[in-house]
This record gives sequence, structure tokens and C-alpha cells, in this order.
Amino acid sequence: MPLPLSYNLKNLTVRKTTSLMTALGIGLTVAVLLGILALVGGLEKALQATGHPLHLLVMRKNSLSELVSQVNREAVSSIRNKPGIRQLDGEPMVSPEIVTVINLPRHNSPEGANVNIRGLPPMGIRMRPNLKLMEGRWFRPGQREVVVGKSIARRYVNAAVGDRLRFGRGDWSVVGVLDAGNTAFDSEIWVGLNQLATDSNRMEVLSSVLVRAADPVSLQALQNALADDQRLYLEGKREVDYYQEQTASAEPVKFLGIFVAVIMAVGSCFAAMNTMYAAVARRSREIGTLRVLGFSGGSILLAFVIESLLLSLLGGLIGVLLVLPLHGLESGIGNNLTFSETGFDFRLSPAMVALGVGFASIMGLLGGLLPARGAARESILSALREL
Amino acid sequence: MVNDFVVEATELHKEFQRDAFQVIALQDVHLTIQRGEFVAFMGPSGSGKSTLLYLIAAIDRPTRGQVKVLGQDILRLKERAIADWRNENIGFIFQTFNLIPVLTARENVELPLLLTHLSRQERAEHAATALGLVGLSDRMDHYPRQLSGGQEQRVAIARAIVSDPSIILADEPTGDLDAQSAQEILTILSRLNRDHGKTILMVTHDPHAARHASKIRYLEKGELLPEGAPQPE
Repeated sequence: MPLPLSYNLKNLTVRKTTSLMTALGIGLTVAVLLGILALVGGLEKALQATGHPLHLLVMRKNSLSELVSQVNREAVSSIRNKPGIRQLDGEPMVSPEIVTVINLPRHNSPEGANVNIRGLPPMGIRMRPNLKLMEGRWFRPGQREVVVGKSIARRYVNAAVGDRLRFGRGDWSVVGVLDAGNTAFDSEIWVGLNQLATDSNRMEVLSSVLVRAADPVSLQALQNALADDQRLYLEGKREVDYYQEQTASAEPVKFLGIFVAVIMAVGSCFAAMNTMYAAVARRSREIGTLRVLGFSGGSILLAFVIESLLLSLLGGLIGVLLVLPLHGLESGIGNNLTFSETGFDFRLSPAMVALGVGFASIMGLLGGLLPARGAARESILSALREL
Repeated sequence: MVNDFVVEATELHKEFQRDAFQVIALQDVHLTIQRGEFVAFMGPSGSGKSTLLYLIAAIDRPTRGQVKVLGQDILRLKERAIADWRNENIGFIFQTFNLIPVLTARENVELPLLLTHLSRQERAEHAATALGLVGLSDRMDHYPRQLSGGQEQRVAIARAIVSDPSIILADEPTGDLDAQSAQEILTILSRLNRDHGKTILMVTHDPHAARHASKIRYLEKGELLPEGAPQPE
């Protein structure tokens, strides 16, 4: 029969300062881990949710991103004539696009960050029906007007409706704010294709062509046809795959964060171990007494492991509370494929919270096991004689 | 004739190493205790009184010899079985009370009952009865720090008797108490022996305390002196 839980709880509250300090150490470790997971989770959500399953993003062969891809305008006509492309109002769903990058000052960073500008025709907007204008109107062809993603509108200077942004050959009026449902498009500025082509002197060279296939089989056929067409030297990549691959930009941050969390966890384990060794030493006679009363070494071991676990659970809770204000916080991270910043919201999921608490429990278990084992194995007589 | 010995020790010998020296704590002790006896063990410090008590309670193991308690050869039991056996048959009272500081008087007394199959309600009733027997019905929810030394020792006695053991072992139970509290404790022990038939083995330095026992045995340098032998100088 194990000792009652109240025994463990009361022992923790009796030495509340030590308990709180240890729990805080564990809590900070959990907070670092959860902070990183929330960041990566938010970024993954933004990138993984981007794209349509029937969309094929056509770029120059071996291009890692639209930014470095070059597609000649003549190739667009060839693509339009490929079989298996869905039609919309008698027009093939094909959107030739230009993606370039500019530097804009941020509210909290005057030196600014890189932002993607996407020039696209009206069909490009119609091919992305899940996007909606949350403010203002769409840009008009032939006008120096832009629509900004909501992440840009919130985080960058002069990016609200009615403001003017300066890039390329002059000023551009911000006429609308785009809500792309927390996807990567929220971090872009959209303009008319021809206006951007003129402004950036790229009349003949596009970045990519977005194509909607009629069905999954056609998508595969289109992909094969493009790969086989040696004349075009293009390749089609599923749009969802393209954005999925960009989540790799978070890998270094994820690795560093987990590395720091693991180093901190080792420290927290030792802190828990130190606390529990002190508890065992202070309560040596108590342990001896419990053994005399008939409690087995196993009961004593269990009692101290439970105590350590309770301590770490408190730490886990502190960690979750520390990181909770981050949930929903908007931020951005440099994307090494697009050379621009991708905005995202920190996302703390129930699974992450469970992982954080589990991580804390492992720290408590590892930290408590050795002292508990020592307590259980100490002879009754020597335990009773400790002062 | 069937004997009614609760303790039978034969050639009980205990040695231990202290630094470079081999110390003989008990030397070939032969001892029998009859059911219902109240025996006081006296002797100078280091004479082996407490060691004898620890061996009887199976808290320590002899270097050689045999000890049967309630007919059970306790040296043959494994650790887990010893713990159960001790819980069932032995009540132990320490000089320094050894109450768990974070538990109330009632919770301290209930501790040995956690190892039984009694329900929570039954445990609470038994603890209340035991605390009533030592006159602490009004202090059940007090923590050890809220009790006087005498009251703490009475809680310890209640804890020792709550599982109704046959034998109570008391190691200097009045050693840390003032005269009045010591007298109260000795009165309770006498009552437990006389009215409840408990066999009590008590280690003490105090001749006044020893006079409450029905028999006094002396130890000197690890040897148990013959019954009726005078107190050594």
C-alpha cells in the first residue's frame, strides 16, 4: 500500500520555497520547449495550409522557389494548350505570375525585412477562392495599386489601406487587405501582373505559372507532360508540396530550440535531483520510522518518486502558463527559399501542452529516481540514527 | 507443557565494524519473555540494550544466533515479509517520538493501518479509539509541532497500539520528557500491560521508569546478566 498522496503534497508545501524554485526551473525548461514548438507549429500551419490539391506550380527545372525561377511568356501559351486543365468560364485556369522581393520597414524594426511581391492576373485571384478581402477592394489593372496580406498590414509601416508604399519605380497605393486564412499569402503583397512586369522590367520573363488540373489523374498527367517536354525545360510541382517544403526553413530554429531545451532539461533534472536528495537527507529518520511501521522499501521509493513527479507536474504547469500568452501572437521568420519573411501566429495545441507536461514528468522521474532509490535502500537502523 | 514465550533468543550475538575496530554489541544472549510480561532493560550506554530491542523487532540482524518472536523465526523471513510481520505484531515507541511532522495526530496514528485491509472509515475509527486510550481525543487534528513532548509521545504510543500488536517495544520512551510527562507515559504503558495484556519490552536508563516493569534485566558490555542479578555498579 503506498503512502497517501496528502503525505507527498504536504511535504512539498512544507518546503515551499525550495519546491517552487525547482518547479520554476522545470517550468522555464518546459516554456522554452513549448515556445519553440508553438513557433514551429504556427509556421508549419501557415505553410502547410497553403495551396490547392489540384494546383500545379510550374517553374524552371531545378528551381527551389518562384523567386529564382524563370519562365518565358511563350511557354505560357504551350502550357495553356496542354490537356487536362480545368476551364473556368471558357478560360483555362492558368495564372502566369511574377514573384519578386522588396525590403519594407516594420513597425518594430526600421531596418525592415524582405517581403514577397506577387504580380498576378485576375485569373490568379479567381483560382484562390478561399482568399477574401477583409478590407478595401482589389487592385485595378493598369493602376499602381496593391493589396497586402493581413500579416503585412499589421506588421509593416505604411501598409494600411489608404497608405502608399514605395518600391520599384515609385509609390503604390494600398487599396485592400487580403485574408488568406493564416496561410503564406498573408505575408505577400499582390499587384497586377502587367503593372509589376513593367515596373520591374520583366515583360518577357515570369517566375511561375499556376495551373489547376481537372482532376488528380490529369494533375499527374500534366506533371509528366511538362517533365517530358524538353523544349520548355520546366517542371510542375504540386502547390501543396511546394509550400510544405518551405517548412524546412524552420528546421534550424527547431533544432536550436530543442537543443537548448534538452540542455536546460539536464540542468533541471539535476535541480530536481538535488531537491530530492535534500528531502531524503532531511527526512532520513522519517523514512526509518515508516520502515519500522511496516512500509516496504518499494513504498518509500514510490513515495519519493511521486513527490518528484508532483514537483515536476507543478513545473510543467508553470511552463504552460508562462508560454500561454504567446498563443496567437503574430510573428515572422526568414524563409531561406523565398528570401523573404513568412508571417505566422504562435500556435499552442493541446498535444503540445501534453508533450510539455510529459517532458516535465520525465525530468521529475529522472531527477527523483536516484534519491528515491537511495531512500528505499538505506538500512532502517542507519536511517533512524540520522539526525 | 506448551510454553507461552513471545520472545525466545538463543546465543544472540551482534558485532559490527566501527572504523578499524570490531565492536561487540551483544554477546551470546539467551532470553525468554513470557506473554504479558513488562520487562525493563537497563544498563549503561553501549551495553547493548537498544541493539537487543532492534534485533527482536527485526530492524537489525544478528551476527549469529537465533531469535523467535511469537513462534516465528524472524531471521528466515525476507524483507517484504518482515515489514508485514512487524506491522502486524510489533508496536515501536522511540525516544524522540518520530512522528511525521506534516501529518496530524490522527494521520500519524492511521499510518500503520494503511497497510491493512481496513476501510477509510474503519481506519479513522481505530485511530480515534487509540488516541482516546492515550487521552488525546481533543488533539486529533493537531500537528506534532502543536503538541507538547508528552503529547507527542502519547500520539506515538497510540500509533504503536493502533494495529493491536502483541508486543510493544519502547526505546527510552521517557528519555526526552519532563518528570510529569514521563509519569503519564509510564502510567499508559502500565495500563496497556495490565488492562490490555500487551507484552512490553522497555529500554531505559531511568530506575524510576524501570520500577513500572514487572521485571528488570540488566545488560553490561553486551552481556545479559542473569535474572535477579543486582544492578551493576
